[in-house]
Amino acid sequence: MDFENSGVAQPRLPAPAIETSLLHELIAYLRENRTNLREQWVRRITDTRLLRVMTPEEIFSEVTAVYENYVDALETGSVETLQAYARDLSERIIPRGVETHEVLGIVLLLRDVLARALFVKYQHDTDLLTRILDAYEPAANRIAVTVGVSFVEERERVIREQQEAIRELSTPVLQVRERLLILPIIGVLDSPRARQLTEQLLSAIQSNRAKVVVIDITGVATIDVTVANHLVQAVEASRLMGASAIITGLSSKIAQTLVDLGVDLSMMKTVGDLQGGLEEAERVLGYRPMAKGASASEAAG
Amino acid sequence: MSVAILRERDYLIASIQSDLTDAEVLELRDTLSERVGRYRARGIVVDVTALDVIDSFVARSLGSIAVTARLRGAETVIVGIQPDVAIAMVQFDLDLEPLRTALDLDEALTLLDRRTQGDGEDGG
Repeated sequence: MDFENSGVAQPRLPAPAIETSLLHELIAYLRENRTNLREQWVRRITDTRLLRVMTPEEIFSEVTAVYENYVDALETGSVETLQAYARDLSERIIPRGVETHEVLGIVLLLRDVLARALFVKYQHDTDLLTRILDAYEPAANRIAVTVGVSFVEERERVIREQQEAIRELSTPVLQVRERLLILPIIGVLDSPRARQLTEQLLSAIQSNRAKVVVIDITGVATIDVTVANHLVQAVEASRLMGASAIITGLSSKIAQTLVDLGVDLSMMKTVGDLQGGLEEAERVLGYRPMAKGASASEAAG
Repeated sequence: MSVAILRERDYLIASIQSDLTDAEVLELRDTLSERVGRYRARGIVVDVTALDVIDSFVARSLGSIAVTARLRGAETVIVGIQPDVAIAMVQFDLDLEPLRTALDLDEALTLLDRRTQGDGEDGG
């Protein structure tokens, strides 16, 4: 981590109108008293019961790094280093269950600790205190916003990645028998997913020479007109490919919804549950249920 | 015309080799209809594996081939519709309603065998 970047030329945010000498004085003061102020900060973090998923040692090392970054950002007016650090920190602590309110909470606590230290130092000179605070407050607020935004952005990135992963995982096309495929649909069926699903289904039909496809929607919670039409299209496209599709697992709620919506399902063959669907599929394929003891040749389709 | 029409037992197999013009589609329809009578065919298989696109005209013509052939006593089966083509057809709501489809030639011949042996229904 780069603690000594004060002299490095960096892109600066529009700096608030402050007196340079005052700012230097402020920074020097915060650096001199860093041990004391850091301790106060850690105590207040512990008192407010934030960051309880982290050990005291971890909190201390993060606090040290954040403190230095914070003061640097105050000094240079550039939040980039802090931003990078915040993003990196978020990446480490998000998997451990640190919440947004905790991150915002500790940054605001640091702001308060420092502000209070300034009050103590300049309490005899109200005019100077006001000018110091004029310099301090906008910078501190900008830092708080930066850290919060970095955290949220990092979390959104994680969520996007997970959505992507779930989408890839969630549409297997399984072969259960010669020429019989099962397509279990679980979760929310939106248009992109339905399209991807149809494509996967059709290429699986082609590569496995499938004749019957059982589409099981037990795991689909709700259905709307768009989704229903996607299903109809998948069935219709399968038929064009020469495979017949059987829909199973329509809950009574979904069935009711489809009737209320007036979706034309006359083209669809539906069976109550997956077991029934497989039996129907085997019947279409020409397998016959075999009584115990009957010879295999009788059962051969 | 880039369509080869072969005979296999009681069946005619029309294998389309490349995209067809509208005129060629109509020609195919008339030829098939005529041959059904000449060879007393009981089934027609139209192989569209080579087609990248099936537009509304081709779809309608395939439908009319099927209806014409049925009047002359033959069942029609379309084979080899590609996944992309199938999706496009469904999206444009092209209806192949009177037509039967099968995955490949083998499948189509099995289907025709079952139909012409009076079984009637799929998998009966």
